[in-house]
Amino acid sequence: MNFIGEHILPGSLGHFLTVFSFVASLIATIAYFKSANAKSADIAVSWKRLARISFIAECVSVFSIFIIIYYIISTHKFEYLYAWNHSNRELSAKYLFSCIWEAQEGSFLLWTIWHCVLGLILMFRSGKWEAPVMTVISFAQVCLATMIIGLYFGSTKIGINPFLLVRQYFQDAPIFNSADYLSLPQMKNGQGLNQLLQNYWMVIHPPILFLGFASTIVPFAYAMAGLWKKDFTGWTKVALPWTLFSAGILGLGIMMGAAWAYESLTFGGFWAWDPVENASLVPWLVMVAGLHTLVIYNSTGHSLRATYLFFIVSFFLILFSTFLTRSGILGDSSVHAFVENDMNLQLISLMAVFLIPATILFASRFKKIPHIVKEESSYSREFWMFIGALVLFLAALVITWQTSFTPIYNKIAGKTTAAPEDPEFAYNKIQIFVVVVLGVLTAIGQYLKYKDTTRGYFIKKIGLPFIIALVLSLLISFFGGINFYKHGAGFLGAIHLAIFASVYAIVANAYYIWGGLNGKLKAAGASIAHVGFGLMLLGILISSAKKDVLSKNNGILLAFDPSQKQDPMENMTLPKGLRTDMGNYWVTYDNKDSANEYGNITYFKINFEQKKTGEKFSLYPNFIKATKGQQGASGNPDSRHYWDKDIFSYVSASSADDVNDTAQFKKYTVKVKDTIFYSKGYMILNDVSLNPTNTKHKINPNDTLIVADLSIVANDSMKYRSTPAIYWKGVNSRLIFDTIFAQDLAIGFTSVENSTHAVEIQVKESAKMVPFVSLKVYEFPHINLLWTGTIVMVIGFAMSVRRRLSIIRASAA
Amino acid sequence: MKKTHIAILVLIAAAIGVLISFTGNLSTYETVASARQKEGKFVRLIAKVDKTQPIEYDAAKNPNYLVFTAIDTLGNTTRVVFYNSKPPDFEKSERLVLNGKMKNGQFECKDMLMKCPSKYKDDPNVAKKNLTITN
Repeated sequence: MNFIGEHILPGSLGHFLTVFSFVASLIATIAYFKSANAKSADIAVSWKRLARISFIAECVSVFSIFIIIYYIISTHKFEYLYAWNHSNRELSAKYLFSCIWEAQEGSFLLWTIWHCVLGLILMFRSGKWEAPVMTVISFAQVCLATMIIGLYFGSTKIGINPFLLVRQYFQDAPIFNSADYLSLPQMKNGQGLNQLLQNYWMVIHPPILFLGFASTIVPFAYAMAGLWKKDFTGWTKVALPWTLFSAGILGLGIMMGAAWAYESLTFGGFWAWDPVENASLVPWLVMVAGLHTLVIYNSTGHSLRATYLFFIVSFFLILFSTFLTRSGILGDSSVHAFVENDMNLQLISLMAVFLIPATILFASRFKKIPHIVKEESSYSREFWMFIGALVLFLAALVITWQTSFTPIYNKIAGKTTAAPEDPEFAYNKIQIFVVVVLGVLTAIGQYLKYKDTTRGYFIKKIGLPFIIALVLSLLISFFGGINFYKHGAGFLGAIHLAIFASVYAIVANAYYIWGGLNGKLKAAGASIAHVGFGLMLLGILISSAKKDVLSKNNGILLAFDPSQKQDPMENMTLPKGLRTDMGNYWVTYDNKDSANEYGNITYFKINFEQKKTGEKFSLYPNFIKATKGQQGASGNPDSRHYWDKDIFSYVSASSADDVNDTAQFKKYTVKVKDTIFYSKGYMILNDVSLNPTNTKHKINPNDTLIVADLSIVANDSMKYRSTPAIYWKGVNSRLIFDTIFAQDLAIGFTSVENSTHAVEIQVKESAKMVPFVSLKVYEFPHINLLWTGTIVMVIGFAMSVRRRLSIIRASAA
Repeated sequence: MKKTHIAILVLIAAAIGVLISFTGNLSTYETVASARQKEGKFVRLIAKVDKTQPIEYDAAKNPNYLVFTAIDTLGNTTRVVFYNSKPPDFEKSERLVLNGKMKNGQFECKDMLMKCPSKYKDDPNVAKKNLTITN
């Protein structure tokens, strides 16, 4: 059948290029391998020429593939599955890139592209290391090319072809019986981009994260090259800037993901120890461990074997994380993971083809790797740096185990184990001690000298920052209001200890720039990165330990709730226009508005008023309508940023009606036995009672509840009872309004006049049920420390890269 | 023995200790029947929403109270009480992992993980359905 209106050319070209890039990278691998193993310089050069041409050809085709996919999506060629399944016409242009990363194929492609960029730089900058290092990278390109090649060998599918047509994917769908199927309505538009990915962080976070992923191959490739060519030590100086780059970018990518989660997801935080998050954190930890042992080796000759191990493990963990997130094995334990597909075998092979040769090479040459038999002094920098690296490495292994034990064990043993009851605490209770150790080591490390430090010098230098840090952290501990008792006094103590350790890391490293380096900023990259790291730790500790739920219904529940729950409930319902008490704020739901071009986003205007300062502001959390033909919507939070805290809110539910409700609450000042009339009847205030025993509301000891008891008689002589109340917790009051849906009534009991015993009752009638939103509102104190720390750390890494490059250049000249 | 080796051994021993205690804290995935046998113990119940039964949720009255009936693959059902807001697209979910415990014949759910075709994932079946509808 000749189908009408299809644009076949871009897809054919694209698919040809995927196959071509596979072949080209295969040739590059073989040619680089031959060049690296060549006996004579002439042969090495000629192989290298072929290898370079192949690698460049591969790069050109990979970039072209990317451009073609972008073309298909941006011009809405919905005959292609990629465009149809991941985009639609309503999408704003800035999210077109996000469509590319939404699919597995696109994220593999991104990874490949970064390998190309890094490979092109290495091709011209790595000198004699080019052939062996590029062999490893070209081989990785072969493997990644198979992920998007989309070929069948018998019944085995290799990779996913990004240029499949919709009709090729859904072969038996009846609409393809028509040659003119593209004119059918369901082909006129795509399924759209997942609403959660429609966020600017999702445009920028994946490229940075994948650059981080891709860059871990460089230290790994140098380590492999060193083992392979038996030049065990020649690469350690040139690999250092690459290692710094990798650690900096991967760290940045991870934290951008955290920023996206914080801004766009509704679990109310930046980190949830989700398996997918852990999978990207763990290679970073090991890369940072490898960075430190590499520095030790370059300065003292110790720790080279550990460096090899850490670079191999770090790269392997990248492959392992690819397997975890893309195999579908995390289906029951992660919200982020891709859906299961038939690529498992391919993903396992990807790990094996790197791990097996790397392990054999490392094990067989381990004895030959130079090492120093003489023991390090306990007053040497290398000893404590090595301990720190080891702690990072073991922390990474522990997290890996916790993340992947249950899904893999279940798969192999057929068991049904699952994460512990409180999975986050299972991580936190271990990692808090890692923070303590790392914080202190980060603080003292640079004050120790390589080989040996005289005790007098060390104590003299470290004394002042120690005292400053102690004073600052005690101030935070005593006046910071950190009362995280949820997991007991022991854990709270550990938090305070960790706060000291991170403050110590910040102060000691900042002080070192002057006290140790005499203000030489050029050499201060490490100190600055450490200050940033300390700030991040402090930000994580304070914002997590002090995170406060403002919208809590503290144990106040209504009688229809059969079992009263002690935990604070985190959602609060706000009827439109009713001022509600939330901690330090009065909060009012003002209105909602579908403001964007396509009407698929509903913004809720929530007005906040600070009780003390009177400061007023509005937040606009929204609902984005689900794409992919699903009904429903998902919430997107909105935050008000202060230098020292964020007020974070999102809508968890809202009234369904779209009718604009203009009704207002009317105020009545009444006494007992007085009558209030409303349009469909009247109500009598029977009684106002203090802490009644028969109330449906739960009263905590020391709190006060005043309940107004109203009988409502409707015109149709139906009788209702309403008991709005005011709940006093110390000096804070909270209104508990009551709703009579049958009468479209919302009744609030808002104040008591002490002298006259008159009470104020507010009544609102609405043609529709009273519009409302259910809100969650959190206060995150000092979250900015985390973001600032990240930026400072990345700046520190960048400065170190620059300095190490200039040292290499100086020594080469 | 070098200090470094001692430190390595001590830290590895600590890591192993930590992992053993972690493994002891693991919970399990259960069906309705097996969760009933472990009444009062924290489990993860794999089930889906029984759409033939009413879903009780009224955010205007209490946004932290959702009651529904869950049905597992064996066809057993249980009433579930969830003390939180009803997740968006709850009715559309195809599979739920409910974390909580069985208590007095009902499942008290602390939090849940929804497997939903619209969330993050592309479900080919849904896409196919969208493809075949004619309007």
